[in-house]
Amino acid sequence: MNKPSSVLSKKAVTGTLDVARIRSEFPILARLVNGKPLVYLDNAASSQMPQPVIDRLVRYQTQEHANIHRAVHTLSEHATAEYEESRRKAQRFVNARDEHEIIFTRGTTESINLVMQGYGRAFIKAGDEIILTGLEHHSNIVPWQMLCEEKGAKLRVALISDAGEILLDEYQNLFNDRTKFVALSHVSNALGTVNPVGDMILIAHQQNVPVLLDGAQAAPHLRIDVQTLDCDFYAFSGHKICGPTGIGVLYGKRALLEKMQPFQGGGDMILSVTFEKTTYNTVPFKFEAGTPPIAAAIGMGSAMDYLNGIGFERIGAHETELLDYATQQVGSMKGVRIIGTAKHKAAVLSFMIEGVHPHDVGTILNEDGIAIRTGHHCAQPVMRRFGVPATARASFAFYNTFEEVDALIAGIRKVQRMFG
Amino acid sequence: MADMKQLYQEVILDHNRKPRNFGTLDNPSHTAEGLNPLCGDHIFVSLRVRGNTVEDIAFRGEGCAICKASTSMMTTSVKGKTVDEAETKVQEFRDMATGKLDVKRQPNHLGRLAVFEGVKDLPSRVKCAILPWHTLHAALHSVSAVTTENEEEPMKAAGVSI
Repeated sequence: MNKPSSVLSKKAVTGTLDVARIRSEFPILARLVNGKPLVYLDNAASSQMPQPVIDRLVRYQTQEHANIHRAVHTLSEHATAEYEESRRKAQRFVNARDEHEIIFTRGTTESINLVMQGYGRAFIKAGDEIILTGLEHHSNIVPWQMLCEEKGAKLRVALISDAGEILLDEYQNLFNDRTKFVALSHVSNALGTVNPVGDMILIAHQQNVPVLLDGAQAAPHLRIDVQTLDCDFYAFSGHKICGPTGIGVLYGKRALLEKMQPFQGGGDMILSVTFEKTTYNTVPFKFEAGTPPIAAAIGMGSAMDYLNGIGFERIGAHETELLDYATQQVGSMKGVRIIGTAKHKAAVLSFMIEGVHPHDVGTILNEDGIAIRTGHHCAQPVMRRFGVPATARASFAFYNTFEEVDALIAGIRKVQRMFG
Repeated sequence: MADMKQLYQEVILDHNRKPRNFGTLDNPSHTAEGLNPLCGDHIFVSLRVRGNTVEDIAFRGEGCAICKASTSMMTTSVKGKTVDEAETKVQEFRDMATGKLDVKRQPNHLGRLAVFEGVKDLPSRVKCAILPWHTLHAALHSVSAVTTENEEEPMKAAGVSI
């Protein structure tokens, strides 16, 4: 970590991002792990939090906390205003038409489950078909499988190529008059493939089929525009965009949200309750039963401000340079195979070292303070497609450096020496 | 924190490269399959027990270095021993890997198997080291398949038949 590579020096000068300054805003990046500087390359699992977001959480808890949408006192009104301001931040973050189209959830998984229960249970019937892709995370497979089991509906899966790209023709061929829903990942968590979701949504809409996008891995890297995409639902998590855990977003087109059943029953999601009948609240509140994670929602809003302050164009440009550099370096190593070689990828490098199980790779890299993910990445169908039980996965954020890629390369060499 | 030089010692790397007793037995008296779904460790252990002695043992399968070396070293350490001696080692290995047995201070029969002591500081890897012992235990009790999932303590898993 002390010797800057020539590539780093070059990039530090020509790059558009002041990575050193950005890193100084992430306290955790300064810590040591096993006596070595932390090299955090597990951003696809969860990203780290910058000081301004931490400060926002502290300010909320020390000065502003009260329950929302309830009392008339100062704190409650203030907390309500800040919570709703975060909703507007999320609206702008995905460019939704209307703030009422933003539902706060616990995260991507809950967002997808909300659609499965609120939309799927109401509108999917026996014999209907739901289309997914071979790239999905378990959280965009299992809820639909549960629904199919309950309703007697059927899952259809769009296959992927050896590069990890969706085969568009095959996807298109899955449609028929029984197709009633499509659920797709925007960016694959296991391989980093950026899917051609614009085309895929167009194909679905030609058949009048609504589309949910799992944006968990896209929101940290790409500017999201749900109006341009014209997706019907979009789900993502706060903790992957430098915000807290326990908060996420479901965007849904208002007309669809209005038709959907509530997700959970309780306080805040009602207009009136008698023992004979309950009248549900309007959207989005009918989907937000009980006291929500207020602090986390406000923290996520602050994280969105932070990312917007840096700018997604610059985030994307730096991450692309990191990924290109890592791909070129790792790709040229003998005995290392990159899994997932799509033309359009975002910030994920999955790989196998010949003759070494990924878990051994992860344990040995960890000894040098390098944090990567090893395992099936909650995407077992993807692992089966490539005939591997697991992969090692390095995933980048805008605060990663070329030196850190060099540390990864050195770690891979060390593993190869040990197992050679 | 475990020192990596301690866990990935040459003896472990060597057994990973050249696993001993690798293959299948003709006419085994006991067999079992062990699976660690988290990382895909998947082994098959077969034994020939005559009287009260483990006359022969072999394994095949795939897994990480910790699992493969642990399985290989297990086969060499129980071959020719009595079933009771094998069961004692199963118990002691489990206790060492979960930090309940200090091999340097407390009497035990593990010998070179003490190289796996380092996994006790790596909770995510304990299952890799224990799987073969778990599988041996299951084989000796004629449970055909075991998994390290759905359990607090790896050794407490109920056997599931396949």
